[in-house]
Amino acid sequence: MITFTPRDKVSNYWTLIGPILSIILTVIFGLLIFTFLGFDPAETLYQIFISPFSRIDRVSDIFVKACPLIIVGIGLMFCFKANVWNIGAEGQFIMGTLLAGAFALLFPNVETKLLIICMLFIGFIGGALWAFIPAILKTRLNVNEILVSLMLVYVAMLFIDFIVRGPLRDPMSFGFPLSKPYPEGALINKISFPGIGYLGQLHYGILFIIFLIPLTWIFINKTLGGFKINVLGSAPKAARFAGFSKDKITMTVLLLSGGLAGVAGVIEVSANIGQLQPEVSFGYGFTAIIVAFLGRLSPVGILFAGVIIATVKLGADNAQMTMGIPKVVTGLFEGILLFFLLTGETLQKYKIKWSWNK
Amino acid sequence: MESLILTIIATSIPLLMAAIGELVTEKSGVLNLGVEGMMLSGAVGALGAVLWLENPYFGIIAGAMSGLFMACIFSVFTINFMTNQVATGLGLTIFATGLTGLAGAPLVGKTIPSLPKIEIFLLSDIPFIGNILFKQDLVAYLSIGIIILITYFLKYSKPGIILRAVGDNHTSAHSVGYPVKKIRWYATCFGGMCAGVGGAYIPLVLTPHWSEGMTAGRGWIALALVVFASWIPWRIIVGALIFGGITIAQLVGQARGWAIPSQILSMMPYLATIIALTIISSRISKNNSVVPASLGKPFFDTQ
Repeated sequence: MITFTPRDKVSNYWTLIGPILSIILTVIFGLLIFTFLGFDPAETLYQIFISPFSRIDRVSDIFVKACPLIIVGIGLMFCFKANVWNIGAEGQFIMGTLLAGAFALLFPNVETKLLIICMLFIGFIGGALWAFIPAILKTRLNVNEILVSLMLVYVAMLFIDFIVRGPLRDPMSFGFPLSKPYPEGALINKISFPGIGYLGQLHYGILFIIFLIPLTWIFINKTLGGFKINVLGSAPKAARFAGFSKDKITMTVLLLSGGLAGVAGVIEVSANIGQLQPEVSFGYGFTAIIVAFLGRLSPVGILFAGVIIATVKLGADNAQMTMGIPKVVTGLFEGILLFFLLTGETLQKYKIKWSWNK
Repeated sequence: MESLILTIIATSIPLLMAAIGELVTEKSGVLNLGVEGMMLSGAVGALGAVLWLENPYFGIIAGAMSGLFMACIFSVFTINFMTNQVATGLGLTIFATGLTGLAGAPLVGKTIPSLPKIEIFLLSDIPFIGNILFKQDLVAYLSIGIIILITYFLKYSKPGIILRAVGDNHTSAHSVGYPVKKIRWYATCFGGMCAGVGGAYIPLVLTPHWSEGMTAGRGWIALALVVFASWIPWRIIVGALIFGGITIAQLVGQARGWAIPSQILSMMPYLATIIALTIISSRISKNNSVVPASLGKPFFDTQ
């Protein structure tokens, strides 16, 4: 029998050791599953966790892959902290990208980078508008935000598919569902390092993260707004007695997370794709949920978590190419990781005792 | 017309099965958001079993077992380790998407025989109605049977009333001496088996081969159906048929070349879910008593 007794205060030890232990346990479990399915565990381990670090350009690709995950993850952090369950970031990512992309295509010959700055704002608005639907339904009519935000993912996927096959299709695309290429001003360039040149696909979009993380840290830890979000999530009754408006906070965190997902989409597409296509996201919105949890809902934690998850994603790509393991296995790792992380959260709050008599 | 109604029924059965299972789970106070994942594993389990044993009936059993397996994982974490139910449910779906992708990879391109129809003696000879209601497959009869049983179970049987008590106030139920955790385990496992069978129905009847993520959001729609039915079993039948109808209507529309773009038509089931949720939720928020009061709250056992 396992018994839990509540701790007097949250264990710092478990807060720190939890994520590390979770990662180790996930690797062990993952390898057991691979061995069971007949893949060579050593080779899988190498491909998924080591091969992304094997060359310097591959290392910079980790950051490129981590970029949208971190931005969306930071947005979701606000929601999860306030106990608001936005799981539709994937849809908000798509709609932000689409709105900003459609705007960029209005100016086919613009070269000034002012355009991409505008697109970031429009992307934010696009994502926030898509998140506004679950937000208004939740605050006005108490409709479950989990289901609404998720249903809107499917709607967004179908919508962008319709747009790039219909109104925005490039007549010169030989029947492929692609928009016209973005104008020069809408693209995010790769960073050219003096003396080295390009490092993989590393692009200026990374700068956004460098601004975003300290800003969010200050907002969460040093402002009244951040404090309200924390209180609503951890002690809803206290928030009510303090007169914090639950609806206002819910609305704010949903709009923020939707907006950031939209921005992430704009950066991702302007830096790596350069035009609209039916698939712009590749599951970033869902993976970011894991990133937010692995990062313990803190901005710095999410930075590290984004890098770790991006490594596994790239590793899984490599494993697919060299070993024929389907890419979806990252889901397997992500799921197991989330289970252990959540268990770690319980251990922060409770002492565990094993005994053999019932 | 007849075949149209039959397709609508077939489309709604997976939703019906998954939703009635989740209803029982939620009545015990557990919110399992992993329905989509449990359905996926049911689908892949059924495909594997039928390819191996070459009998569609083993597909139903394998589907139930696969769903049960997923529900056990969910129960260990949420009930024993008291993890957040929303996050664990999401994790379960993500986990199952990965696992089924891996397990389903060798099955790609293989088709399985469909579940046979069972004619009920004499009744199936009634014109029109006979063909629609009494020439169905085992799962269709089973799902209606389960709905009737669950209605009785929750309303009149003692274990059913205890289950509802656990879902409405776990602290009181515990202090009266009911084993809250054990009851929630059973309810979650039942939900998992139902979702597994619902998932199994997709390859067994609707599309006889594996494709990644083949449940296409049905698990989430099933979750919405439970809210739509405001936790009353028979209403799930109505809800499932409406959603089945909308799904088929948009398919028919696409086939007949309506002037509306196919993607917009494909949005209909998802948009309908949002609209239905909105209507029902605003009504529920005026009368909160239908929602199990302890839904989603972890139970801490003070021993």
